[in-house]
Amino acid sequence: MNKIIRKRRLSENVFEMSVEAPLVARSRRAGQFVIVMVDEEFGERIPLTIADADPEAGTITLIFQTVGATTMKLAKKNEGDFIAAVLGPLGKPTSIRGENGEKPGRVVCVGGGIGVAPMHPIAQALKAAGNEVTIIMGARNAGLFVMKDEMAAIAGDRLVLVTDDGSSGRKGLVTDPLKELCERGEVDEVIAIGPPVMMKFCALATKPFGVKTVASLNTIMIDGTGMCGGCRVSVGGKTKFVCVDGPEFDAHQVDWDLMLKRMGAFRPQEIAAKEHECNLLKAAGL
Amino acid sequence: MTPKEKMAIAPQAMPEQDAKARARNMNEVALGYTAEMARCEASRCMQCPAKPCMQGCPVAINIPGFLAAAAEGDFAKALKIIRRTSLLPAVCGRVCPQEKQCQKFCTMGKLLKDVDKAVAIGRIERFVADLARENGTEETVECAPKTGKRVAIVGSGPASITCAADCAKAGCDVTMFEAFHKCGGVLVYGIPEFRLPKSIVRHEIDNLKKLGVKIETNYVVGRTRTVKDFLAEDGFDAVFVGTGAGLPKFMDIEGENLNGVFSANEYLTRANLMKAYEEDKADTPFWHGKRVAVLGGGNVAMDAARMALRLGAEKVYLIYRRSMDEMPARKEEVHHAKEEGVEFHILENAKRILGDDNGFVCAIECLRYELGEKDASGRRSPVAVPGSEFTLDVDTVVVAVGNASNPLIPSTTEGLEVNKRGNIVVDPKSNMTSIPGVFAGGDIVLGAATVILAMGEGRRAAQGILKYLGVHV
Repeated sequence: MNKIIRKRRLSENVFEMSVEAPLVARSRRAGQFVIVMVDEEFGERIPLTIADADPEAGTITLIFQTVGATTMKLAKKNEGDFIAAVLGPLGKPTSIRGENGEKPGRVVCVGGGIGVAPMHPIAQALKAAGNEVTIIMGARNAGLFVMKDEMAAIAGDRLVLVTDDGSSGRKGLVTDPLKELCERGEVDEVIAIGPPVMMKFCALATKPFGVKTVASLNTIMIDGTGMCGGCRVSVGGKTKFVCVDGPEFDAHQVDWDLMLKRMGAFRPQEIAAKEHECNLLKAAGL
Repeated sequence: MTPKEKMAIAPQAMPEQDAKARARNMNEVALGYTAEMARCEASRCMQCPAKPCMQGCPVAINIPGFLAAAAEGDFAKALKIIRRTSLLPAVCGRVCPQEKQCQKFCTMGKLLKDVDKAVAIGRIERFVADLARENGTEETVECAPKTGKRVAIVGSGPASITCAADCAKAGCDVTMFEAFHKCGGVLVYGIPEFRLPKSIVRHEIDNLKKLGVKIETNYVVGRTRTVKDFLAEDGFDAVFVGTGAGLPKFMDIEGENLNGVFSANEYLTRANLMKAYEEDKADTPFWHGKRVAVLGGGNVAMDAARMALRLGAEKVYLIYRRSMDEMPARKEEVHHAKEEGVEFHILENAKRILGDDNGFVCAIECLRYELGEKDASGRRSPVAVPGSEFTLDVDTVVVAVGNASNPLIPSTTEGLEVNKRGNIVVDPKSNMTSIPGVFAGGDIVLGAATVILAMGEGRRAAQGILKYLGVHV
């Protein structure tokens, strides 16, 4: 059981929670994730990324969007409530340029929607390792940005905001400024985290320039330790498990169309479950 | 009774749920002997002085001894004899492949020229264990005085349960770490309710707690903390690694990543551990497979095929590339699967899986096989018949062709020696690994094996740990 210490609503469908998980807070590194269960007996196990951690307080910060039954149940929990389980940290930590043998360089972090949350610790680590960090944040509209101040603190004037409707920053797609940076030859490495479609197009944008591009995948999982294989993707023609081989892969090698299809494996059931949950909320007057 | 009289006693059939009815419910298939049946069956034992059955038992249970007690109706004594060497009789009585172990060597079976007519040792074992559990008459085990030694057990399957119990009984302070939210390992995520009721596993875990074993679920060793952290910083004196064979193998054929293709681990975990079959209550989505192909011929393949029926499938094909004689599954599981309506496609194998435009499975293309020369495993190797392709319309494919060893612990434990298959290398006497104080056992050492072998490994490792810690038993 893990206690919710703090809860904030960041936008209509996005929530931030600090949860007690002292061992995870101590051992997690940038790029890792946790599996969360809201209820034990009939709950579902879902992967969520770690946005931040406070080893002293023994807490980790989760940022999630209400997309299905489990995230909706999680969003209903309040400060002081408990969730059934937080397992982690899982996955391989990010290979941080400047720490991994490669010389520090110019790294562009592209975060779409709540993909900015897992990008936060990675951008922090990249900065600390001496890289010049540019952050491109994309959202449908101005109200949907998360962790803007935190990312500005890392990137300074190298923070680029992009919205679909132009309500904040540039109007357009995150791939627009990304392409421009690549065209100017100002990029040594790109890390993209966000919706699969966004990551796919980031990979397509950088490929002609031969710029190393890493994407962090968030597929369907059950155990998160390599046991079920539900999270499998095809990378460079080989089947890989996101939970133990990833979550980060060479974005130019990922079979994005296959991944997009696999993300929809349970869509009818997910929609039905979400509707059921919405009806319960309505009935409860929430 | 004379041997002749014993031979005249009819083997006691196991009462079972009706095949049609049970194929649509999750309740246990085999209902268990009555006391009368158990006594009668036990009285068939010849009490051979050579005790050939014991040679077949991986943990060398004194089988004639417990059968003699059961034949006299002293079921408590029978259980006591079993428990000297086996910790989980209610489990093993249900899942051991007896026809390849104890019952294979049974003189009665040999005399009647039919291994199916051997004394039903497993069923009697199950009966005496169930009786004591249901009546609450299991003996309470006294732990030795506290030694002050602390042992960490990684994983909570059969090897770990046994190792934990033996260390706790010897007075060690034991903590068990499990990555899932429930303990039991393969006994809870893999083996279905209809073959092994989860209440039995829970009961065994409760027994561990009574021995003072502390349990930490949702804790993944190698990530949350490492084996080295346990020894260097967390005050443990020894660590046992019993993490099992948890990395599903796939066939590496076209279409294997289509939606509707599952590893047996995923398919069974969704149903068993996550209870997706209780659709009204469970949040984990349920896959509505109507026409299911299961690839493989082991117990896990049988479990998946029979689970598919219970999840509402109209047609279940079991596709296995060798013949019935080579099939590794327990005989009883094969028999049950056939009775329930699983369609066996032997000497056939999947060539590729076909999908629709949205990436969902729609058919499986198979090839016919014939048996050729004997291969390294001593079995005649299957050879594809060229041009024999045919397709079956299916919407679900479950791949049950075994598991490889999970690399999580080896990759996060520097200096831990593994073989080329990724199994941890141990000293065969003590089960100690290449790192002093770190022991391992079960499928992570053996490769995918059986519950009873894992249990035997856990027991041997416990002896190794106690010796290493200087604890006398």
